[in-house]
Amino acid sequence: MKKTLIIAGAVAASLVASATFPFGSAQAAGAGVTPPKQEWSFAGPFGTYDRAQLQRGFLVFKTVCASCHGLEKVAFRNLAEPGGPEYSEAQVEAFAAEFIVDGGFDEFGDPRTRPATPADFWPSPFANPQQAASANGGKAPPDLSVMAKARTYERGFPWWITDVFTQYNENGVDYVAAFLKGYVDPPEDFDPALGNYNLYYPGHVVAMPNVLFDGGIEYPRDDQDRPVVPETVEQYAKDVTAFLMWTAEPHLESRKAMGLQVMVFLLVFAGLLYFTKKRIWARVGGETEGHAAG
Amino acid sequence: MSSHSTTYVPKNAAAKWLESRLPIIGLVHSSFVAFPVPRNLTYFWTFGAILMVMLVIQLVTGIVLAMHYTPHADHAFTSVEHIMRNVEYGWLLRYMHANGASFFFIAVYIHIFRGLFYGSYKAPREVLWILGVIILLLMMATAFMGYVLPWGQMSFWGATVITNLFSVIPLVGDTIVSFLWGGYSVGNPTLNRFFSLHYLLPFMILGVAMLHVWALHVPGNNNPTGVPIKSGKDAVPFHPYMTVKDTFSIVCFLAVYAWFVFYLPNYLGHADNYVPANPSATPAHIVPEWYFLPFYAILRAVPDALLGVILMFASIAVLAFLPWLDTSRVRSGSYRPVFKVLFWGFVVTCLMLGWLGSRPAEGIYVILSQIFTFLYFAYFLIAMPLLGLLEKPLPLPNSITEAVLGKKAASGSGMPVGAAAEPQSKG
Repeated sequence: MKKTLIIAGAVAASLVASATFPFGSAQAAGAGVTPPKQEWSFAGPFGTYDRAQLQRGFLVFKTVCASCHGLEKVAFRNLAEPGGPEYSEAQVEAFAAEFIVDGGFDEFGDPRTRPATPADFWPSPFANPQQAASANGGKAPPDLSVMAKARTYERGFPWWITDVFTQYNENGVDYVAAFLKGYVDPPEDFDPALGNYNLYYPGHVVAMPNVLFDGGIEYPRDDQDRPVVPETVEQYAKDVTAFLMWTAEPHLESRKAMGLQVMVFLLVFAGLLYFTKKRIWARVGGETEGHAAG
Repeated sequence: MSSHSTTYVPKNAAAKWLESRLPIIGLVHSSFVAFPVPRNLTYFWTFGAILMVMLVIQLVTGIVLAMHYTPHADHAFTSVEHIMRNVEYGWLLRYMHANGASFFFIAVYIHIFRGLFYGSYKAPREVLWILGVIILLLMMATAFMGYVLPWGQMSFWGATVITNLFSVIPLVGDTIVSFLWGGYSVGNPTLNRFFSLHYLLPFMILGVAMLHVWALHVPGNNNPTGVPIKSGKDAVPFHPYMTVKDTFSIVCFLAVYAWFVFYLPNYLGHADNYVPANPSATPAHIVPEWYFLPFYAILRAVPDALLGVILMFASIAVLAFLPWLDTSRVRSGSYRPVFKVLFWGFVVTCLMLGWLGSRPAEGIYVILSQIFTFLYFAYFLIAMPLLGLLEKPLPLPNSITEAVLGKKAASGSGMPVGAAAEPQSKG
């Protein structure tokens, strides 16, 4: 038996060794650059959103992103719900009232409009995809509702295995945050006619221009009239990405909280079952698994 | 099952009345209570029960998801997001269902490899094994169609690639493909029929699974020695011995499953599937779900499309012939020194094919895919027929009891009372 395992192990090891080599080169050939890992408050088994960060992120979204991107899966009421930015009902009503939306038909059958209410979904900045494309150089800006889960980067061996144990799940947000900061000076031979240069975008040529600039958005002030966090591209990118994680995964907090209860229950139940099983099998002289040979 | 004479005695008038008209309690009793199982079954034998649990989880979550899902090309993606956001515990249902598919496959692959190692496909269990292969095929069809339903980019392009495979069939290929699509490309009619079939096939799996259990209960369980039960001493009654062991194993399996559902719900999926389906933008890499990767590697290993498709289907079909391809008269791999090495080589081959399926079909990957595709088929078509003739197996134990307790104990002295003979009143 031991001998077999050694042979099998040797075969496996040599195969893996020979195979990881081309794997590495394939990764290097990939067009994007691996985004740096960030600290996120919502990472890990006990992760929760940072309310203040979500509110700052919403501010960045509203001031910058929303002029081109939709957020069609998010309703205004979501902004007041637990587990999110948790704005007050009054604040949410005020956000909604800034928009005029389609209000059905009046008694004469003519279309009418009305101010949005918390029950409405976030209105798209463009009337239709064609308009969105033509206003943006031929490519419609994608909706951002689930963007934080719709982007990733390849982790490669052995990280895709260790990620299962470390619960590293933040590929999407690490990429999005890096992308927003990725408008660095292009290499000398870059042709600006192609589009904009982004270090982290696969292929580096992206239709979206740089939108974040240091000091561009005014953050809330503390009592000494200083911004609570630095007004830098770094911070804007991180805050708006955290906000997009919430829009993509609005029930993340209750999911992780329930996960803890379920895991504790299952492990305790498994423990009890293990001893029950041991006791029952003791009636026939204990478990006599397997075989003597081999 | 019905052929078994049952030891069940109805205890009250109502049960007696029912039993004389429909002996269903007796059937359940003889199949899941008194049914004798070898006393040496390892945890690898608990995956049948795990699979039953996974099937029920998939059915229950799937039926509730279908109440909230809209099978229309314009609304499917949004309705899935509606489930994730606005349906009470919708996120839980969807993550359980999506990860449940993966864990269904994890369990079924362990179950299959256990059967391969211990020769569970050999006489008299050929029909049991073939029913299992049919379940695997049904599972694959169900999983593939289920992955199309969210109507993301990978749904759409996966459906396009896989349905296009049928176009390589000579003469009728294109007709079959338009029939599958319900049009001239993957579109709303495709989504509708896939939804319908995705709802139907699990019930077919349930039906074949019942036949699978029936076919199991005729010859009884195989066991790690491969030697059949010879006396009451070799066996224990299913209840409470296997019920408690299965339950323990199920709960451990569910804990791993829960780890993914609650903490890594999108780890096994593709980010691209959170991008709504777009027929005019092809994703950079179209990759199937992880459980299809070995077959995908075989498909792409050869340059000829028709041959690739034939090889892919043959890679599953060959399993059905294994009972006759394996010429060894020894059932358990434990007593086959050369087989053991080849078996682990085969496991590595499958893992390598899985990895190659995730790589682009170019350069060294194609050559490696060809090598491992050859090794995959060589295991069934060359190694299994020849090994039975050439290999010298180790001596087999006379009985299960002898194998697990040694010769002395089997001869009788100091052995606890045979469990199968133990009165039920104790349980």
